[in-house]
Formats: sequence, structure tokens, C-alpha cells
Amino acid sequence: MLKIQNIQTFYGNIQALKDVSIEIEEGEIVALIGANGAGKTTTLMSICGISPPRSGDILLDGDSIKGVAADKIVQKGIVQVPEGRRIFPDLTVQENLEMGAFLRKNKRLIQQDLNYVMTLFPILEKRRTQLGGTLSGGEQQMLAISRALMARPRVLLLDEPSLGLAPLIIKQIFEIIRKINKESNTTIFLVEQNANQALKLADRGYVMENGRITLVDSADKLLANDDVRKAYLGI
Amino acid sequence: MEYFLQLFFSGLTRGSIYALIALGYTMVYGIIQLINFAHGEIYMIGAFVALIVAGVCTIYGLSGVSILILAGVIAVIYACAYGYTLEKVAYRPLRGAPRLAPLISAIGMSIFLQNYVLLAQTSDFLPFPRLIPDFAFMEPVAHIIGSPELVILVTTVVTMILLTLLIKKTRVGKAMRATQQDMNMARLVGVNVDRIISMTFIIGSGLAAIGGVLVASYIGQVNFYIGFLAGVKAFTAAVLGGIGSIPGAVIGGLVLGWAESFAAGYISSAYEDVFTFGLLVLILTLRPAGILGKARKQKV
Repeated sequence: MLKIQNIQTFYGNIQALKDVSIEIEEGEIVALIGANGAGKTTTLMSICGISPPRSGDILLDGDSIKGVAADKIVQKGIVQVPEGRRIFPDLTVQENLEMGAFLRKNKRLIQQDLNYVMTLFPILEKRRTQLGGTLSGGEQQMLAISRALMARPRVLLLDEPSLGLAPLIIKQIFEIIRKINKESNTTIFLVEQNANQALKLADRGYVMENGRITLVDSADKLLANDDVRKAYLGI
Repeated sequence: MEYFLQLFFSGLTRGSIYALIALGYTMVYGIIQLINFAHGEIYMIGAFVALIVAGVCTIYGLSGVSILILAGVIAVIYACAYGYTLEKVAYRPLRGAPRLAPLISAIGMSIFLQNYVLLAQTSDFLPFPRLIPDFAFMEPVAHIIGSPELVILVTTVVTMILLTLLIKKTRVGKAMRATQQDMNMARLVGVNVDRIISMTFIIGSGLAAIGGVLVASYIGQVNFYIGFLAGVKAFTAAVLGGIGSIPGAVIGGLVLGWAESFAAGYISSAYEDVFTFGLLVLILTLRPAGILGKARKQKV
């Protein structure tokens, strides 16, 4: 469904992605793991059109989306929950969610999805009129995921959803991610430093080092792989 | 007491005009962190367009308030077009460039627009017709607040209410706020950020033109240079209130207007500007981010 072919992405003269290729099938959960600065976030920003690649191609259902404006990519169904959650701090929880549905017109369906995310994360119902910036880290992560769901994504990109959260909240968030994948057949591409959690959730995984993909395999095999265990699982 | 009220209302009138222009500075700054130095020139162009329209209308025998409304509407449309073009030509190509580049481009556009009007029109002061008549119902209070002041106050208040509704309630307004808070995140939820920036320039320019028309018909003359002082004062108001903050621009404008009016009335009109800018220095010493400005927190 989403095919990344040999992309090279630069920040000025510095090359952040070197010949990166990733394939994601419909309905899959794919994890991208790697250390700080490996290029994971850049990969997502390249897909979303914020940091477009200089060469290579990105295909959605066979059509190139390389060089397409970021807002048009959202319209095509690729939606990102970025690193650090990036809630709009001075919009209320409700307004943040409405921003997620910015490109949709059908008021009734938007309302229906609002109700859906509030059953997914009941705390958001309580916080509805509060400003986004006043929520705790865990609540912000729930809001960020909900905001992305409001766009009815076909592919959901998640960047470090576990970053800085308590283990109990991480567990809850990963369960919800699995639920989103199962219930609405949403394809999920998950970027994580928390390799153990990510690979347990994912069907397949990619390992990234210094801007290159170094390993591709099923999640189970990666979890059992000696190099991966040493480098990322601390075993 | 009567003198005090007189100064109070003249300060309020001035202040509301400063606020109207300051809104343009502050909205643009809030979204792209650029001081649009050409904003005062948009105000001036608004006044000139109104002068031309008023001239034509007078030939056709229209009078007073109907000319004011027609001239105002056409001036706003023109100014919006100028604001849109300004952003597209002078600032958009510099998006992503170091911050100094668009700033210099803004100063360049300011000089360009001034000289363009100077060449296309004249360097002389031109008389602007008194379009606001003296209303009969204002007779009893005319020694405190005149009809032109009333019209200016009502117009600015209505404009600001409409602006507030636009920003708080509409889809575009929400997108503007989101873009201001986190531009890339706004892109990631599907906001066409370039369009929002254009919108911001269009709205700001329209507000400046309303200010230009009102002031020109109040003072009774225009010149290619009037945008400079109005721009500097309104910019001061925006900084005073906290640049980037919309209520801040309104408060900054009013504080500035009253400071000028009372200083001129009770002390000396020769020192009017000394008090204005003295106040700016004082407030910025005590509150560097302005009255309502938030110190930007840098999270790592």
C-alpha cells in the first residue's frame, strides 16, 4: 500500500536518509526501530511532505506522493502523530480534535468520530473544554492519537508514542494502537526507540542505523535476532 | 471634568485607530514572526484609494455618508489585494530564509510603496473631503465627543467584534490559531498554511485600510508619507500590548492613545511623542514581552 523507494533526504548539506526503502501492506503494523538520530523521524517527515526527499520515490497505492504538499497528503489518508505529541497548546481539547478533522466536511460523521475517540479515551471527555497545553503527557498522547484518528486515516504514522510516559500508560496506549489496527483495519507504521514494546506489537520490523535500513524481518525474528537483542533490547 | 472627558474620548478615538492598525502587525507577527514594515504603507494606500473614489463620487453628486461607505469598501478591497500581493512577492519567496532577509524585504517594500505613490500621485498634502457629517443627535455632547469620533469608535468596535468572531468561531479562524501555535503540526492535520498566511495578510490589510479612510476623513488631508508615522505608532502599540497577542494589540493601542491625549492636554502637545515612547520604554523595562505578551518558553 505504501512503498518508499530509495529515498535520500537532506537537511541543508547534511544527508539524513541514505537510500531508504520500506514497504507497508494494507492492514499491517510495521515498526521502525533505531537509536537517537538514526533518521526515524526524518523518514516520517519525508512521507508526510514536511521534509520531502531529494531523490527516490514514495508511492501510495502505486501513485507517487513525492513532492505533494503536506496538506494534500493528509487528504490522501496518511496521517501522523508526531514526536512530542505537538498538541496545539492554546486550543481546547475539543478544538484540537476538530482540527484533526479539518479536511472533512460531513458534520454528522465528525460528531460520530468525536464520540468514538471519547469512548476510546474517556479522560478526553472530562478534559473537553480544557486547553491542550494543560494536559499531562499521557493525556496529550491520547489526544494526539485521537486528533489523528479524527482524520479517518488509512495509514497512521506514530512517532515515539511511548516517549516520556509511565509504563502503565505505555501499555494502555499500545493496546489502543492494536485495537485501532484490528477494528478499522488501519495500517500502522510505528517508529520507536522502545524496541521491545514496538516489536511485540508489530507484524514486521525495520532497523535503522545512521540513515540506512540495516535489517528487515518479521517482528518475531527481530526479537530473537542476536544483534538486535544486543543493540536495542539491552539483553 | 469636561476637559478630562474630552481628552478621554479623543484618546479613545486615536487609540482605537492605533489598535486597528496594530492588529495587522500582531497577526502577521504571530504567524510568521515577521514585522511587516510595509503595513503602514497599506494604510496610506487605503486612504489614497478612498480619496480617489470620493473625488469620483462627488462628481456624480453623491454625498456624505454614502461616499464614506463606498470609498471605504473600495479602499478595503484594494488594500486586501495589495496585502495579498505584498506577501506573495516580497515574503513568500523568502520563507525559510534567515529572519533578517524578509525583514529587509519588508523595509524595501515600504520604501517602494511610498515612492510609488509619490510618483503616481504627488508629494503635496492633498485635502481629503470631510465625509462624516455632524449628526443632529450629537449636538448636546458635541463639546465632549464629536460626530467623526463617534463614527470612528463605532466602526472600530464593530470591526473588532467581527474579527474576534472570525478568529474564535470560524474554521479559518481555528486554522489561523493552530498555524500560529505550531505551523508544521497545522500542515500535518491538513491546513494549507500558505493560504492561511495569505488570509492573515488580507485581513490585516483590510483593517489598516479602514483605519486609513477613517483617519483621513477625520484629519482632512493625505500624503504619501502618512503611513510611516501611523505605522510606527501602531507598531509601538502592538509591542506595548505584547506582539503576537490580538487583545494585546487592542489594549496597547488604547493605552497609547490615552497617553498621547492626556500628555498633550495636561502637559504640552510638543511633548506628545516623548510620552508615547517614554511609556514604551517604561513598559518594556518592566514587562519585556509587553502587557499581555507571553514570554516564549523554549522546551528542549
